[in-house]
This record gives sequence, C-alpha cells and structure tokens, in this order.
Amino acid sequence: MKKTILLSGIALFIITMVACEKMLPPAPKDEEILAGTIPGLTPQQEHEHLVGDIAFGKIFTPEQGLGPIFVQTSCSNCHAGNGKGHPTNVLTRFANVNGSIVDYLLSKGGPQLQQSSIMGYPAEVIPGEANVFSKRMAPAIMGLGYIAALSDASILANVDSNDVDADGISGRINYVNPTSFFIPQSIHIPNGSQYIGRFGKKAEKVTIQDQVVFALKQDIGITSDFDMQDLYNVQAGINTGDNVTDPEVSASFVYSLVFYMRTLKAPTRRNTDDPDVMAGENLFNQIGCNSCHKSTFVTAQSDIEALSNQTFHPYSDFLLHDMGQLLDDSYPEGNAKGSEWRTPPLWGLGLAKDSQGGQLFLLHDGRATTFEGAISFHGGEAASRRTAFNTLSEQQKQQLIKFLESL
Amino acid sequence: MKQTFLFLLTSVLSIQAFSQSDSSFFKRIPTDTSKLKMNMDAVYNRPFLQMGKLPVSIGGYLEANSSYFGTDGVSEGLSFQIPRMTIFLSSTIKKRIKFLSEIELEEGGKEIGIEFASMDIELHPLFNLRGGVLMNPIGAFNQNHDGPKWEFISRPISATTIIPSTWSNVGFGVFGKYGRNNLVWAYEAYLTNGFDDKIIANEENRTWLPESKKNPERFEESFNGIPLITAKTAIRHRKIGEVGISWMGGVYNKFEEDGIVIDSKKRVDAFAIDFNTTIPKINTYLNAEWVWAMVDVPDSSPPQFGNKQQGGFLDIVQPIVRRKMFGWENSTINLAFRTEYTDYNVGTFKETGENRYDHIIAIVPGISFRPSAQTVIRANYRYHWQKDLLGNPPSLTAGFQFGFSTYF
Repeated sequence: MKKTILLSGIALFIITMVACEKMLPPAPKDEEILAGTIPGLTPQQEHEHLVGDIAFGKIFTPEQGLGPIFVQTSCSNCHAGNGKGHPTNVLTRFANVNGSIVDYLLSKGGPQLQQSSIMGYPAEVIPGEANVFSKRMAPAIMGLGYIAALSDASILANVDSNDVDADGISGRINYVNPTSFFIPQSIHIPNGSQYIGRFGKKAEKVTIQDQVVFALKQDIGITSDFDMQDLYNVQAGINTGDNVTDPEVSASFVYSLVFYMRTLKAPTRRNTDDPDVMAGENLFNQIGCNSCHKSTFVTAQSDIEALSNQTFHPYSDFLLHDMGQLLDDSYPEGNAKGSEWRTPPLWGLGLAKDSQGGQLFLLHDGRATTFEGAISFHGGEAASRRTAFNTLSEQQKQQLIKFLESL
Repeated sequence: MKQTFLFLLTSVLSIQAFSQSDSSFFKRIPTDTSKLKMNMDAVYNRPFLQMGKLPVSIGGYLEANSSYFGTDGVSEGLSFQIPRMTIFLSSTIKKRIKFLSEIELEEGGKEIGIEFASMDIELHPLFNLRGGVLMNPIGAFNQNHDGPKWEFISRPISATTIIPSTWSNVGFGVFGKYGRNNLVWAYEAYLTNGFDDKIIANEENRTWLPESKKNPERFEESFNGIPLITAKTAIRHRKIGEVGISWMGGVYNKFEEDGIVIDSKKRVDAFAIDFNTTIPKINTYLNAEWVWAMVDVPDSSPPQFGNKQQGGFLDIVQPIVRRKMFGWENSTINLAFRTEYTDYNVGTFKETGENRYDHIIAIVPGISFRPSAQTVIRANYRYHWQKDLLGNPPSLTAGFQFGFSTYF
C-alpha cells in the first residue's frame, strides 16, 4: 500500500511537471492584442519599454499628487489595453467663442473639465462663461512611434488646401505654437515660429511628449518638470487642494512614457487573405475613402533604429479636413476650426471592441456605435464618400466593413 | 522593534529546541472535542504547548509553499514563499480570565504584526468581556483562518479583498454562547477602530478595503473618532452544521478636523453569511461564505471606485483515504475543490447603462495529505478569469501551488 501511494505520488508529480506549461493559459495571438513592441528593438530598448509600460499603468494617489481635480487616475484607465477609450472616460473641453475670439477660460479652469476630485475636495464644474464644448474619447495609442518618426515633408506631400486636384478633398496642416520644451528635429519643418501638429483629434500637438505632458496634467492632475503649475478648482480657490511638492513626476518619468508609446507596435492585420476583406479593400479605395485614410507611409531616420525608414499603414493623412455640420463641435484648436478634424488612423479599428467593453464607440466622442453609423456622420469634404458608401450594395458594404475589421 | 521581537522569538524557540531533548518539559494541551466548536472558537481551538510549570502556553503555525503561475502566456517561473509564520501565546490569568495573542510574521519577517491580543473575562457563559486587539467577526474566514485548517494554499479572494482578512483592530466588546443538546447559539459584538479614506485613495484602482490594513496608526487611534461596529450571530447544530450572519459598519472618512467640518460622513458597511457542515457518512466537508460591501463613494470619484462589492467561495473537501500511512495513524488524503467569485464593482455605468465588471471567477481543484490533523501537505491547481472594469476579454491566470502548513 505504502509503495503504491508513493509511486502514485511520484507519477502525479512527474505528470504535473510535464503538463505544467500545457495547463497555463496561452498567450493571445499577436494580431489579437495591441500590446507589444515594434520589431527590432535591442534588449536594452525592450527594457526601457517595460519601464514605460509600468509608468503607463501607474495608479496615482492623492499622496503622489493625483488631482486635486482629475479625469482618471492613470493613463491605462483611459487607454485600456492601449486601445480606444470608453464613454465613461470621455473628456470635455470648453471655451468661450465670440466670433473669431477664442477664450479657453484658463483662469476659470479651462481648457478641460476635470469631473473627478480627491476626497473632500470639490470636482470642477464648467464655468458659466463657456459657450462651446467638445467631448473627446481617448484614442488608441499603438504605432505612435511610426507617426512621430514621419518627416513633415511626407505630411506636407498630401496637403491640398485649395483642392487643386478637384477630388473634393482639401486636407490642410494645423500649424501650432510649439511648447517651451519642444526641440526641433531634422524631420520638422517650421512655418515661421509654428510647427506642424500631427497628434491629437485636431492635430494640435507636435510631439508625443507634448501630448504626454498635457494629459498628465489635464487628465490626471500630475505636474512634471515640463509643467509645474498644478490644477486646482477655481471655484474652491486658487492653488487649493494639493499639498504635494511640484513637480509630482520627474522628467525621466515623462521620458519613460514617451519611449513606451514610441515603441508600441503597430496593430497587426487579420484575415488579409479573406476574399471579402480583399474585396472590401478595393471598395474602400474605389469610393475614395483612401483620399484621406491613406494606407502607407515611410518613416524618416530615427534615433531608434527600429523606427528608421519603416513602411507602415496607418490609414490617415494626418491632415485637417472639414467634416461638416454633424461633426462640428464649434471648438477651435490652433488653426483647426470646429468642423475640422485630423483624419484618425484606422489601424487597430478591428480590435476597438476589445478595449471598449465589447462594443464600438467610434468618432472623436464615441457617438457612433457601428461602422455604418460612423460613416453616416461623415460630411463636409467626406460627404461624397459617405454618399458613395450608401450606394454600395448590402454585400459590398459588409465587405468594406470586413476590411475595416481586419485593420 | 523588529530586532527586539526577533530576539524574543529566538529565545522562545531556543527553549523549544532545548525541550526537544526533554519530552517531559513540554506538555501538549489536548484540544477539547467534547463541545460543539464554532468559528468564533477558532482562537482557542488550536494546539498549544505548555512549558513545564510556566503559566504561558505557546503554539503557532507555519505556511510554506511554492508556486508556478502564468498569466496570458507569461510566467514569472517557479517561486517559493513563506506567506506567514504565526506564534500564539496564551495564559489563564485567573479563573475565567484568559489572555491570548497571535503574532504574525508575514513574508519571511517583512511584516510583523499583532493579529490578536485580547483579554477575555467570563462573567457568564452568555456574557464575556473581550478587550485588546480583536479580530472583527465578519464572515467565518476572518475568525478561522489558520493555514493548517485549510486544504487550499491561497486564501479566498473575497475573504481577503472585500473582507480584508485578517482584519483586526483595537477595541472591546462582548460575546457569549448558549448551548443545549445538539444546538449552540452564539453572538459577538465589538466596537473597534476602523477604516480610513485609503479604501478609495489607493493604488489598486478600485474600492479596496484592505488598504486600511496598511495604516499602523489604527492601533493607536481612530481615523475619525467613530468606532467600527462589528456584530455576528451564529447557530450550530451538531448534525446540520453552522450558519452565521455578521455585519460590520462605520464611517471611513475624516469629516471633521480641529472641530471644523470638512466633509460629509461616508459609511462603509459589510454583511456576510457563512455556512459549514460535514455531510454524515460520506464525510464531505462544505464551507461557504458570501459577503456584500457597501461604500459611500464620493460622487466625484471615477467609476472604477464602486460603491457595491460582493463575492464568496464554496469549498468542498472529500476525504478519500483515511488509514495508517507511512507509519502515521489516521492519516488522510483529501480531494478538494474551491469555486469563488468576487465582483469589485456591482452596478452599471451611468453613461451607457452597461454592466460594470471588475470581477474574478476562480476554480481551484486540489489534493491534500494530512499525516495528522495539525499538518497538511497540499497541492492546488488554480485557474482564474479576471475581467476589467469595462468587461474587455478576460485576463487568464493559472498555475500550480504545492506546500504545507503545520501547527507546531
């Protein structure tokens, strides 16, 4: 008996050890997730990416400087799995617009509402002077390194402000004033004192770092070496509510976040050999969606070798387009008018549901819950493309949507 | 403090080592099995050793294990842990006046804490006074958590993250029991220090009651001057089993400072129901607990901080072999299975009307070998599904655990 039990125990142990790996959950396929690094990073760069990943997921507490007013407590809360945001975390920008005069109400808590607050401190409410409001849903953040490594020249190549080619599309640049910490690189081409914005819903940010510093402060209430002035609720009193020494995070923390985003992989396409997907891609090009949603770019030389001279497929031209009345939020940013939006990259669209709780929330504010719905909001320059989509047969529409889902 | 404690511990263990060569020095106090034991008796229902004529009895337990886990295809490899070693000291000061303490060293001594240190005065079996560091009697696991009593290496998730077991505080109160024939009824009611606002302001990114355990000040003073009330009543029938219901509630935030009102009072309340029984003849042991927590979360908190949580577990333990094995009389081999569920954010999003998720579902099959009732050698396989707040595809974690736990 003793021998039987002993042998059974040893056999069970061996089986367990052999089966060990088999009984652990497998890694999701690369094309099913938005996490992971761009190919070709060195081990040291992979490590830097991990450091940034931790910073991206860091949950801030009041002792660490959270708030005192904020939208969320970490980057990853708005960009779940590096993907698109959810209506529960929609940002609200506000301003007072009077003709051509735009007041972002900075002395009244502008430009962004922080609807959350630390315990015992009042959350912000939109001041009465505000007369325009813009809701913004967090975008997916993968592949940003490729966009950051584009030369301004390759963005300028698609500019057609006066629609010279008469295709109805007249993309233009949003030239914006650079931040105080902006250091021009060889890819940047100035226009007087302004530079080309390529990040943000209205292309209002020149670099990833601009966006990171802005979001740390406006979304989480975290000051950094690049912006030392903390948020406070004007209605509670100037400079109230936060007793944490500024800056609340160092420059290296910001750099880690920037490196993380620069080295996040681009989404991997799925089902590319599916006949419906291929037919959908043809239809996408035939009806002219690719006039703005341009498929292919090539990066310039980058300090990260893995980003140098790389071909990538964002399905965007990074230019501003007039999207018509339905999408006009009346909220100008830089040179972008209320109805003008930067062409959002479509890559990763097929995985949007996996970061939005199994549903779709598309367009800048998440108002569209289907691909058809999102297309139906296209107006202005894109109106003709919307009309062309509507003339497709039901089968063709489904093929085009299958193509979008493959991105 | 830590050094002093370690010195004292070493001294006690040295005496114990010396006594190994003199078996007459140590006297094992037999556990009283004549009465119906309940979860509330767990602090006394432990093996103790008495050293010679010293008026103090000592005891304790050790847990050690190894684990190999992976999440979504990524494993940290094999690791070894000593989650806790606990020392009990007890003495009868005078007739019906007892002292009992439980000192825990967690993670190899990284944290040393007094889990329990109380003086009990029995005025009547139905009316006992208890004061000191108390284990709040919420649910069953918090009261009855000694490692060697369980066939599972990990503690139940709901019992450690909604009820922050082991959850003990300074305070006082009363307890009592009344028994007749096959039935025992018992109650406990205590006032203690309680929670603080870290249950909202924490790095867990959710309403997290265990965060208050990190505040050592709670053994010195109340965070807000309002005591936490904990009350439990339970009934046990010799053939049917034991069922208990318990409640714990109080104010967790600082609403007043220097006499100035700075916030409204915000409450935290938890209700629990627990049940355990052994099915006659087949000796299947069932143990279950369910807890609900309600927290007044400020309206200005982001949605991941839920105002309702719930969760529970069901353990099934089936002895399959009970005989002399390897020379140990009455050794037992058990098959065990745990299923558990914990939802940290019950409710819906106001923006979409959709469910808030942030939940964990887990199953844990296991096998254990008990050479004696005081020692368990156990192996578990654990698989759990964890969904984030939005309900995105779950993160999958699974792994093996192997370890032992023994009273000494």
